[in-house]
Amino acid sequence: MDVLDLARWQFGITTVYHFLMVPLTIGLAILVAGMQTAWVRTGDVKYLKMTKFWGKLMLVNFAMGVVTGIVQEFQFGMSWSAYSRFVGDAFGAPLAMEGLLAFFVESTFLGLWIFGWDKLPKKVHLACAWAFSLATVASAYFILAANSWMQHPVGVEMVDGRPRLTSIWALLTNNTALAAIPHTIAGCFAVAGAFLVGVAVWHLTRRRSEETAVWRSSLKLGGVVGMVSFALLAVTGDIQGKLMFEQQPMKMAAAEALCHTEQPASFSIFAIGDVTRPDCENVKSITVPALLSFLAHNDFTSEVKGIEDLTKEYKAKYGEFYPVDPRLGELSGQPIDYVPNLPVTYWGFRFMIGFGALAALAAAAALWLTRKGRMPASPWFRRAALAGIATPFLANSFGWIFTEMGRQPFVVVPNPTGVDGVWMFTARGVSGLTVGEVLTSLIVLTLVYAALAVMEVFLLRRYARAGIAGVMPPDKPAAEKKSDDELAFAY
Amino acid sequence: MDLALVWFLIIAFFWLGYLFLEGFDFGVGMLLPVLGRDEKERRVMVNTIGPVWDGNEVWLIVAVGATFAAFPGWYATLLSSAYLPLLAVLVGLIGRGVAFEYRGKVDSVRWRRNWDRVIVVGSWLPALGVGLLLSWNVLGLPIDAAGNRVGSAFASIQWETLLGALAIVGFSLVHGAVFVALKTEGDIRSRARRLALRIGPVALLPLLGLLLVVQMRTGSSWTWLVVGLVVIAAILALVFLSAGREGRAFALMAMVIVGSVVALFGALYPNVIPSTVDPAFSLTIEATASSPYTLKVMTWIAGFGAPAVLVYQGWTYWVFRKRIGTAHIPPVRVP
Ligand code: HDD
Ligand code: HEM
Ligand code: HEM
Repeated sequence: MDVLDLARWQFGITTVYHFLMVPLTIGLAILVAGMQTAWVRTGDVKYLKMTKFWGKLMLVNFAMGVVTGIVQEFQFGMSWSAYSRFVGDAFGAPLAMEGLLAFFVESTFLGLWIFGWDKLPKKVHLACAWAFSLATVASAYFILAANSWMQHPVGVEMVDGRPRLTSIWALLTNNTALAAIPHTIAGCFAVAGAFLVGVAVWHLTRRRSEETAVWRSSLKLGGVVGMVSFALLAVTGDIQGKLMFEQQPMKMAAAEALCHTEQPASFSIFAIGDVTRPDCENVKSITVPALLSFLAHNDFTSEVKGIEDLTKEYKAKYGEFYPVDPRLGELSGQPIDYVPNLPVTYWGFRFMIGFGALAALAAAAALWLTRKGRMPASPWFRRAALAGIATPFLANSFGWIFTEMGRQPFVVVPNPTGVDGVWMFTARGVSGLTVGEVLTSLIVLTLVYAALAVMEVFLLRRYARAGIAGVMPPDKPAAEKKSDDELAFAY
Repeated sequence: MDLALVWFLIIAFFWLGYLFLEGFDFGVGMLLPVLGRDEKERRVMVNTIGPVWDGNEVWLIVAVGATFAAFPGWYATLLSSAYLPLLAVLVGLIGRGVAFEYRGKVDSVRWRRNWDRVIVVGSWLPALGVGLLLSWNVLGLPIDAAGNRVGSAFASIQWETLLGALAIVGFSLVHGAVFVALKTEGDIRSRARRLALRIGPVALLPLLGLLLVVQMRTGSSWTWLVVGLVVIAAILALVFLSAGREGRAFALMAMVIVGSVVALFGALYPNVIPSTVDPAFSLTIEATASSPYTLKVMTWIAGFGAPAVLVYQGWTYWVFRKRIGTAHIPPVRVP
């Protein structure tokens, strides 16, 4: 393995890991702020209990989101310094804005929220919860604007061989970003919804179930959130798909493993056999005629370009060979492979949708089976609800893996209607490090992350099982609690 | 004044904020086993920074992120050249952040003892690493004309940079002890004060040493004034502390770090990273700065964002201004 491969593995592992924490934080933060609002408005202790219980789980998860995020912030410079030099003028701005406008708000108001239960007036305290949770959305917005710029660079011109920002507004309203943000945020809610459903069902199906009102409300909330977010995911995903046909046709062809240009093009639901090139020919797949044309252009008869034709186009536009340059290592002077990893893109796309659909189904089933105070006794109900927690996490990971690996071999994808020259091969972005350095960090970070995953899951399980008693003392009525409140002095 | 220079100053300001705020966080973590004699006292210590440590850490994220936006070449060269020290910083920060949140989540002596160890290591390691990084940056990295590091991962470690690592550690120790004295009451408060007085004269020496090294190499007459001010502030801080005036001592420690940052970034100007290979390869403010348009956008953002941060972070410190003592710590009650 050379530095390039190692750096890619490291970026992939650390970001996918970061994005396990992120959606749970974002989704839960907003739902918890909503629960607290319900408590402040109605005074119903049930909502206070919900706030504290789900808030505690959110906090256990939040710490991990923070510490893994710092690695991401440094990583662009550490392992992708050539990339950073090239894009900094445009790409750095949203990143800095994320820090200045979102992370400061997030961290400060979360501190106030955790420690301020007995120190701040109720409404001010509630405002802190909203400041924190809206800041998580703001941070998502800025980082996705940065990421979308890599997928579809806008608002720049080329000066002295580097893209130079000409309009921050264009960058922040990039249509790729405007589609990716609601899609990603909805993905966060899908995670939170399944989490609520799973944990609530676990409590409701215990032999001596306590606090049933709390769990029933949580279940209903989680189920509805899970279903609505999937609907939003499908709508926004469709919009993203159409943009992708315009902006990154190769990624879409790869997502379908569509070898030859078709008109009308059919949508492959499931492939039997190996989708890897060059065996592309032998794939038998179950297809829906003309659906792909519709997904691409809202028209059942339009043409969709296949990998072979696209490869020819890309070669003509962006060159057939990598330049001869010792910094490119093994790739120096080699032919450029414009086709992303087909099994990953093809299956990544299907697993994203598939696991998301499973999550929505599980949410709908849970709602239906528990309607009007019912509670199925079967152990399978409980197992399914618990397994359901994993599905939207998987869908999110596959979505990102598809998006990021589908843009290979580019790290900055050329914008077909944009400025000439604003693109970069991933191989050219990497830092001039030694293999030993990157290998060290890859191993160290992976091991640390693995150990922390064990801790987090252990604590989440422990607090989820303990239920309300774990976050609020049972003896006194909650409304009378004062200075030794549990979330105050959380340490 | 041109915007590139403004951004050089803004980045110095973010580093200042970081070293000042996280300085005492680090100190609290490093001194946890020394000042916290029992579990209650350790909880008092952790709770003095509980509501703020994460906000303090964001100063680092913003210092680095703003460098990316305003001086991409600086960001890229510094972070890739100092790869392994940065890895150490990251691992330390990861462990520390998680440890603060998790140490109280299970009621077991072993659990807490292990996380306390993580806090201690996770405070020493990044303090050393950040000191190394900053002094490295100021004293120069072995970079070629393209801004890439020449030589192996550790090629450029010299005794001066090790001094720099100790400088931040020493400062954090004293700053942290003064902070604990300021924020707690009872036994732990007087112990923290005594400790700061005892270690202060020695622990602040590496910082002074670093400033002198930098002064010898690139200083001018006005920077002598700054070094002098740092020395006077440090002495006065200890004097006030021994008189029981923790608030003033803390403010004077702030002056120590202000003076140090001014001296270090003053020495750096007009470079952002001097090259030890050939001065002609040094990265300069002008050469690495982003386009005027980007800097203008960023100036608007920072002009609005940074004062707001000062206001609401200041408010947080106001909300949690009361001293904490063992009497405030509720019994442990976790599932
Ligand atoms: C869609 C959302 C999203 C995405 C794609 C990313 N993050 Fe993230 N990040 C968040 C959403 C988020 C968050 C919700 O705001 C977090 C998670 C938990 C938290 O504390 O804040 C966070 C934390 C977080 C932190 C710590 C903030 C603090 O100390 O409070 C940093 C430095 C980053 N992230 C940086 C990054 C970088 C450089 C990314 C790109 C590779 C990235 N994140 C991807
Ligand atoms: C949190 C969600 C994200 C996930 C799960 C994710 C996932 C990945 C994966 C799997 C790779 C490796 C791809 C490969 O090497 O083939 C990668 C690479 C990369 N991603 Fe992301 N990504 C995420 C967000 C982002 C964001 C927000 C940015 C920029 C702001 C970004 C920038 C990069 C860069 C620079 C690389 C390295 C170059 C490359 O290999 O293409 N990613 N990411
Ligand atoms: C009907 C369902 C869905 C469709 C049609 C769809 C479509 C898409 C498309 C086309 C992309 C790629 C965007 C690009 O690379 O430019 C994408 C990315 C992504 N999807 Fe989906 N998706 C669906 C469901 C889901 C579900 C259920 C989840 C998670 C719960 C999810 C999470 C993601 C994530 C995290 C990304 C990467 C970030 C982004 O580019 O927005 N998607 N999706």
